[in-house]
Amino acid sequence: MKSRRGLQTVLAMAAVLLWGTAVRCGAQFAAPDANASSAASIPQSALLQPDVLNRLLLLKSAEKPLILQVGSRLFFAEAHIPGAVFSGPGSQAAGLQLLQIKVAGLKRDRPIVIYCGCCPWDRCPNLGPAYKLLRTLGFTNVKALYLANNFGDDWVNKGYAVEEGL
Amino acid sequence: MRWKRVCRPALLIAALFLAAGAGRAADPARTLLDQPAPQFVRSDLDGLRVDLSAYRGKVVLLNFWAGWCAPCLTEMPRFNAWQREFGTQKLQVLGVSMDEVEDADAVRTLRRKLGVDYPILMGDAALGKLYGGILGVPVSFLIDRQGVIRARFQGETGLAAMEKRIRTLLAQP
Repeated sequence: MKSRRGLQTVLAMAAVLLWGTAVRCGAQFAAPDANASSAASIPQSALLQPDVLNRLLLLKSAEKPLILQVGSRLFFAEAHIPGAVFSGPGSQAAGLQLLQIKVAGLKRDRPIVIYCGCCPWDRCPNLGPAYKLLRTLGFTNVKALYLANNFGDDWVNKGYAVEEGL
Repeated sequence: MRWKRVCRPALLIAALFLAAGAGRAADPARTLLDQPAPQFVRSDLDGLRVDLSAYRGKVVLLNFWAGWCAPCLTEMPRFNAWQREFGTQKLQVLGVSMDEVEDADAVRTLRRKLGVDYPILMGDAALGKLYGGILGVPVSFLIDRQGVIRARFQGETGLAAMEKRIRTLLAQP
């Protein structure tokens, strides 16, 4: 009984540590020139590295963040992170409306990870507006998955788990 | 003793982390290189039939793009210039828009705005998977006269390198 409690404590600590490492890992990769609408506008402290998220997802007992794909529906249909929810491209008004619907009713401190991976990080038009909207809606625990090149290179080809379909 | 019971699972978890990081899958798109290009038949934005096999004997530049992708829109006028320079007897540029099929009208408008007159068709997840997974754009494939994929360019590639490769393929029988 005691050992189970100990194991739960270890797992919980590991999850917290992984979520926390996002800050340190993200800083070394952030793009230098930010503008208001690109992913580069997202603060470094909100970046989450792919390997960190992958490890977090492998922890069975850890609280999983809500994962929202805010990019292309076609890319989502080809492959997406298991459990991720398609939430519309953040660069389009209709996409932001869908995102708003997907997070309606959620606790504002719910851990959320948004990702796209349509294009190289500083050329992605979807993440910046999606991140901004979630922050405006009052979500305090939002991370953006840092995919330097694209979802194929930085997630699929690393052997991390994917699902297909909508 | 109790500490051991707690530590053992922690060590197992650490090992799991290392194993997860070490596992790297083969890049499925790379395996297409030097292989026959996957065949497809689609209709382009003007309703004309596009059968990839019909372009055998020409070098084909197959470009996957999307309207929201800034680097894609930079490349396309250049592709159009190559199409005009080399002529459709030697080179065929084919564009595959990875926008939603409902956005076909917007894609037509964009095509006009960019002055692009090579065939453009609407892509989908099935076509993307056929080409090893198109999970980011732009992606371009160069297919030789025999229908074999000879190069794959991803992201903001140097167009000079791509042009050089096209010239090389055009020089081959």
